[in-house]
Amino acid sequence: MNKTITISPSPHLHSGQSTSGLMYNVLIALIPAFAVSVWMFGWGVIIITGVAVVSSMLFEFLIQKFLLKKELSITDGSAALTGVLIAFCLPVNIPLWLVILGSLIAIGVGKMTFGGLGNNPFNPALVGRVFLFISFPVQMTSWPVPKGFDTLIPKFMSPFSQDILDATTGATPLGIVKEGMRVSEGMDNILANLPSGMEMLYGKMGGSMGEIAALALLIGLAYLLITKVITWHIPVTIMLTVTVFTGILWLANPIANANPVFHLLTGGLMLGAIFMATDYVTSPMTSMGMIIYAVGIGMLTVIIRRFGAYPEGVQFAILIMNAFVPLINSYFKPKRFGHKK
Amino acid sequence: MNSVLLLTILSLSILGLVAALILYVFAQKFKVYEDPRIDDIEEALPSANCGGCGFPGCRNFAEACVKADSLDDLFCPVGGNEVMANVANILGKEAVEGKPQVAVIRCSGSFEHRPRTNNYDGAQNCTVIHNLYTGDTDCPYGCLGQGECVDACEFDAMYMDEKTGLPVIIDENCVACGACVEACPRDIIELRKRNKKDRKIFVSCINEDKGGVAKKYCSVACIGCSLCYKACAYDAITMQNNLAFIDSDKCVLCRKCVEVCPTDAIHELNFPPRRVKTGEASKKDASSAKPLKKESTVKDQQTDSPEAPKEEDAKKNIEEVSTKKTDKN
Amino acid sequence: MLKTFPMGGVHPPENKFSAGNKIIKADLPETVNIPLSQHLGVPAEAIVNRGDEVKTGQLIGSSKGFVSSNIHSSVTGKVIKIDKSLDSSGYKKASVSIQVSGDEWLPEIDRSSDLKKEIGISGEEIIKKILEAGIVGMGGATFPSHVKMSLPKGKTAEIVILNGVECEPYLTSDHRLMLEKGEEILIGLRIIMKALGVNRGMVGIENNKKDAIQHFTNLAKQYPEIEVFPLKVKYPQGGEKQLIKALTGREVPSGGLPIDVGVVVHNVGTSFAVYEAIQKNKPLIERVVTVTGKGVSSPSNLLARIGTPVSQLIEAAGGIPENTGKIVNGGPMMGKALNSTDVPVMKGTSGILLIPGEESKREQSSTCIRCTKCVNVCPMGLEPYLLMTLSEKEKFERLENEKVMDCIECGSCSFVCPSNRPLLDYIRLAKFRVGNIIRNRK
Repeated sequence: MNKTITISPSPHLHSGQSTSGLMYNVLIALIPAFAVSVWMFGWGVIIITGVAVVSSMLFEFLIQKFLLKKELSITDGSAALTGVLIAFCLPVNIPLWLVILGSLIAIGVGKMTFGGLGNNPFNPALVGRVFLFISFPVQMTSWPVPKGFDTLIPKFMSPFSQDILDATTGATPLGIVKEGMRVSEGMDNILANLPSGMEMLYGKMGGSMGEIAALALLIGLAYLLITKVITWHIPVTIMLTVTVFTGILWLANPIANANPVFHLLTGGLMLGAIFMATDYVTSPMTSMGMIIYAVGIGMLTVIIRRFGAYPEGVQFAILIMNAFVPLINSYFKPKRFGHKK
Repeated sequence: MNSVLLLTILSLSILGLVAALILYVFAQKFKVYEDPRIDDIEEALPSANCGGCGFPGCRNFAEACVKADSLDDLFCPVGGNEVMANVANILGKEAVEGKPQVAVIRCSGSFEHRPRTNNYDGAQNCTVIHNLYTGDTDCPYGCLGQGECVDACEFDAMYMDEKTGLPVIIDENCVACGACVEACPRDIIELRKRNKKDRKIFVSCINEDKGGVAKKYCSVACIGCSLCYKACAYDAITMQNNLAFIDSDKCVLCRKCVEVCPTDAIHELNFPPRRVKTGEASKKDASSAKPLKKESTVKDQQTDSPEAPKEEDAKKNIEEVSTKKTDKN
Repeated sequence: MLKTFPMGGVHPPENKFSAGNKIIKADLPETVNIPLSQHLGVPAEAIVNRGDEVKTGQLIGSSKGFVSSNIHSSVTGKVIKIDKSLDSSGYKKASVSIQVSGDEWLPEIDRSSDLKKEIGISGEEIIKKILEAGIVGMGGATFPSHVKMSLPKGKTAEIVILNGVECEPYLTSDHRLMLEKGEEILIGLRIIMKALGVNRGMVGIENNKKDAIQHFTNLAKQYPEIEVFPLKVKYPQGGEKQLIKALTGREVPSGGLPIDVGVVVHNVGTSFAVYEAIQKNKPLIERVVTVTGKGVSSPSNLLARIGTPVSQLIEAAGGIPENTGKIVNGGPMMGKALNSTDVPVMKGTSGILLIPGEESKREQSSTCIRCTKCVNVCPMGLEPYLLMTLSEKEKFERLENEKVMDCIECGSCSFVCPSNRPLLDYIRLAKFRVGNIIRNRK
């Protein structure tokens, strides 16, 4: 009997939680947003997401197998998650080869150059997205106008019809505001061109596939919090910061600034705050650090949106704060037991 | 346009000048005088930074050499007498001849000789296991086989033999820096006097349990029978706590003790007619040699039975070792 | 809101199968093997020789030095061997083997079950008697109790806390003892309070033992100085520092002892042993051991003599299940895996846990994804992921600055790590190495 006995140091119990389990939970949390996106943009969403996931996993497999010659870990769900997140921040009418290129940059440059999962300083999906955004601005910023509920069924019936390819394109709400500010229209005039608050909440507006449905993303957040995949610190702090900061601007000058609700519901803020900024690898390790990091993202987002050249700033804000994470980690330590502050 | 260019050049030049001035002032103000001989000595040292001399690095050793009145207690095991003579030259001091040493592994409990009695499932680290329990064999003294010593070796002088689960020392590369001795939580590795042609005789066991107990969990343990002690005509062997120890200063390498040891716990390495080097020469040597008891090969630390078939293994091993070395280079 | 400690903690499945089973007396074994080192500190020195006849309760090993403890014979019989043998430390240590011939107790030991409430002797005498009786902390740490009760100069104790938390999953020995020997435990607490000159006693019990809380609350009504607190179920609440924080809000300083904040903590088992030693003259020769596990046919709480082979207790609980993969001395979070069932029951053996094969192996570990779970569960506010990395890279100075020595080795980090990293293994290694460096510095 002794032969079969195992000896190991304590503890002899494990929670049973696994890395892949966490990743799959995040994927589950993305389902509502995915569903709304399909509802709004039709079949294309499924195709682009599928292509992004498959190409991300394929590139991870190829790089691990032939370049790094490391153990394969494509089943851990992290590559699939990266794929979904890339797809979610692309417009639905993007050419497929750009999706594949984005995945290659995300996995190859954003993740594998640093040694794979756990070592990348920047969020891979955002690296891919920003690369595409800067290199192919035209394709990346022609946003199709969602047809909404009434056109759902015909789109499903004819996924490759001209309908989707020739879909009318328009600007995102943030783009409308930016353009309006440029030609110095008053906020009142601009607002008339925007979707209503309700529409923004459930996602009937122009934008990337995954970012339009604020409500669905919030359902995802609730799921992540209940399953304890993430803590509240990062998403809630980002939203609070954006609310407070834009609130101050709005109160100071309501003619020149959009209201906080508008800022919260538009652009990639929800997607970024809930799924991108909370990426384990590229976010700080302590609660205090997370709050600092999240405040930074919130501030930068508003600054870029309001004062910068681009209408949207979430992706840059997150990448910039990613760079500060090591610094934050070394300055913000947990409260040590038995040590006076 | 021209004025802009001019202004740029001018302002940059002034900036550069100011910066240079600041740097110069500070460099002068905070200059630390250092004995130039420290640099010279550091140059002369092998710069392995192995810590074998007892100092954290070569520079610290160089500083100590400059400060010390005599070089009596200072010795660089990597560089050996040659380097120490150079150091003495630089300082104008007397160099002390150090005795060259080499590491030996005092455990031969291979998979074959020391059965595994349980599965260890935890961090693959000798010290972790050592602090937890006796290890996956029942021997509380023996090698734990996770290779902390190999990791500690900076000179490619050790490797883990996968067949036996024990580390092996490559004599040619060993500089006796003592890193492996430090690393081993069970103090199995010992630094011994390096004899001519790297010949070694030592008790390859540090088990202090009584014979019967020791024999139960390892067939090649020293059982404290004292036969070697009686056989030694030079008082080189001492018995303590059921364990024999051969004093390498007194040992004359007569090999009497090896013959009498009932458990093959006493090992002899690199004995005549040949000394193992690498590659072609050793192959030739090995084939021409008669199979003596206890063939002298690097492999010897793990193979205790002297039978001829083992010899092929030994040759293969030598090749492996040499290829390994070239790989690393 | 129930009281608990504020930082970190986990809640593993409780699996307290044997909670409803009364304490049963285990049979006397044929031979006992009593280790001379069953406590933290210097091993005791054998004062019997081979061939001597000893009686139950007779002193066989005398304490050497202040931090040491006496060892008594737990049976009547003949000393057959004084030699090194395997104990639950994983190594062979000096121990006394006695062949059992009967069970004749020393005459001065009162074996009646009458409750004796009056405390007849003074504080100093109490401490002396506790030293004589060889009482050590019975929660598992086995720190000699008389040391804890001898206050260092300049320190005063204000509160005595009785630890009835039993936060380890599976274990129920303290729980049963509280239900069956509640009166005695409270008298033990009063004895400890008298010895320390303290007039405030607290008992902390986790809320998963509602019957024990009820029982103790009723019993404590007769002693106005003793309060009973239910605590939120959270591991490692039984850790001294966590329990003090939970009950009093005081924080034991890093590197300090509970007495630095005026608190002394004792386990309920220790308190019962103190009662028996003071009121009944009985040295510490037996203890309650939970034998349990998922495959065990009758999980039990056994009152076993010190030195009884573990194998015999497992037999009494229905034998070793077929697929047992690991045998743990203690609870699953902090217990030590045994490589033989021949090891004896020792003063700190609170349980024997048989883990089925499929649960005994660790999953393959993978890279850290920095999910912060280990940081969130650490009850000491450390960063296990960082400590492990630094330990692997042997950065000992940084480890010290990151307070690696504060780690209480509760194992919450390894428990929760989704990448199955051996965090605690490497942190322990770092503690060992850094500890050596600190000692050398002095």
